Amino acid sequence: MSVTEMFSYIQGFLSADQDVREDIRKVVQILEQNAREILTVLQSVHQPSGFKEIPSKCARARELFCTVRTQLADLKTKFPVEQYYRFHEHWRFVLQRLAFLSAFVVYLESETLVTREEVAQILGIEVVREKGFHLDVEDYLAGVLIMASELSRLAVNSVTAGDYSRPLRISNFINELDSGFRLLNLKNDPLRKRYDGLKYDVKKIEEVVYDLSIRGLAKEPESGVDKLELGRISG
Amino acid sequence: QPFLPPSGEGCPRKNADAVQDRDASANPSSPIIAVFKVFQQELDTKHDKYERLVKISRDVTIESKRTIFLLHRVTSVPNAEDILNEADVKLDAVRQKIGLIAEELRGEDIYQFHRAFTAGIQEYVEAVSFLHYIRHRSLISLEEINARLVFMRTEKVDPKGSDEALPLGAQVLTFHVTPSDYLLGVADLTGELMRMCISSVGNGDIDTPFQLSQFLRQIHDGFSYIGNTGPYEVSKKLHTLRQSLGKVEDACYALRVRGSEIPKHMLADVFSSRTTLLDPEEGVV
Repeated sequence: MSVTEMFSYIQGFLSADQDVREDIRKVVQILEQNAREILTVLQSVHQPSGFKEIPSKCARARELFCTVRTQLADLKTKFPVEQYYRFHEHWRFVLQRLAFLSAFVVYLESETLVTREEVAQILGIEVVREKGFHLDVEDYLAGVLIMASELSRLAVNSVTAGDYSRPLRISNFINELDSGFRLLNLKNDPLRKRYDGLKYDVKKIEEVVYDLSIRGLAKEPESGVDKLELGRISG
Repeated sequence: QPFLPPSGEGCPRKNADAVQDRDASANPSSPIIAVFKVFQQELDTKHDKYERLVKISRDVTIESKRTIFLLHRVTSVPNAEDILNEADVKLDAVRQKIGLIAEELRGEDIYQFHRAFTAGIQEYVEAVSFLHYIRHRSLISLEEINARLVFMRTEKVDPKGSDEALPLGAQVLTFHVTPSDYLLGVADLTGELMRMCISSVGNGDIDTPFQLSQFLRQIHDGFSYIGNTGPYEVSKKLHTLRQSLGKVEDACYALRVRGSEIPKHMLADVFSSRTTLLDPEEGVV
């Protein structure tokens, strides 16, 4: 094989690679649009009038996730399944956003932490790499951290809207999340940087809780058991 | 009658209990903590593999670089064949290391770990293509490189864990250098060829520069053809490649025009003074 033939072969390979990336980019653009629509629906919960409408907004968001599932199913077809990480950078950002939005919906519905499996189900993708297009654990964690910021904002706005018990529940939740994240041995990468922001969310919520409690606005936690849980986790 | 669990037992927390059994510093059995312990293990496993690959890649880089230094000596020793054979041996050792990389990557998505070993692989491509050029005066193909990265492994472990080791037959493990790593390795090769050109002139070899010039020009044209469609690092290396080609072309020019005028032992000086002016490492002129 001559030099020219070699470079010709490589050029063919690179050209095909570019075509695949172009196809992927197109689908990702649509996904990003869908994600923005879902975000618009959910962001309205921060308004005073929004709190009453949480259930209907969650339902609306879930409807919109249907479209997302279709788009992701389409995305899967654009490249060989065993080359997920070759192209992962193209959809990493939007997948993290979708993980965040899933986590936020689930929190608004049940005040619990969405599991990786649930996020994968909402998005119509896998959890385990070997099974197909999957949700990388770091993207899931990034989504959870984005939600933590959203919840610190929600705590503030709940008070403004007159809901003084929600911030306490958010506080318990975020503190538990923080304990969880502290178990992770993170490398100096984007996830680590995002995790570094969690302490500011924790602090912000603590300040809200403090403001409420010194003014006697904070109600006691629902039962004695919760107090115990609080003690154990922070101890 | 339906079985009713004793009151107060709550929902099954098998995972949390198992984690507590393993973890002496018993964490509170919260489901969130339990699930994050799983994440911790997953992330640790991935990071550990990445680190192992980085270490192997570093060894590959070092041994490949040493092979390149060794190969530069062919122009200045009487028996080039000894050097070439020694280089073969060294590169065989490098290939064994690449076999270790292949083992780590077994069952994995290679692109998840590509950045851990790309530098080593590029260095290997540079070394093996350098040796190939010295021997054959041609460019080794990607296919030829990958053909030598096939490893046989005989599995001797009995999956049931008994003491008898049953050979389960040979397994073939392959490592594929990507077209992009191949390109980057070849780009670096041109720098070594340029150095070889200059040093061969100093040894009175006035044929090699012209051969090299033609070869480098073909490679340069190949890279120009690829242009910006390649990985971004290729565009960066194209700049250095042009400089290398320029130096070689200047050397040929000087040989052609002034070669007959200057005594051979002074030819090397002519080139070293010209090339120091243009050396990219010292800052571009």
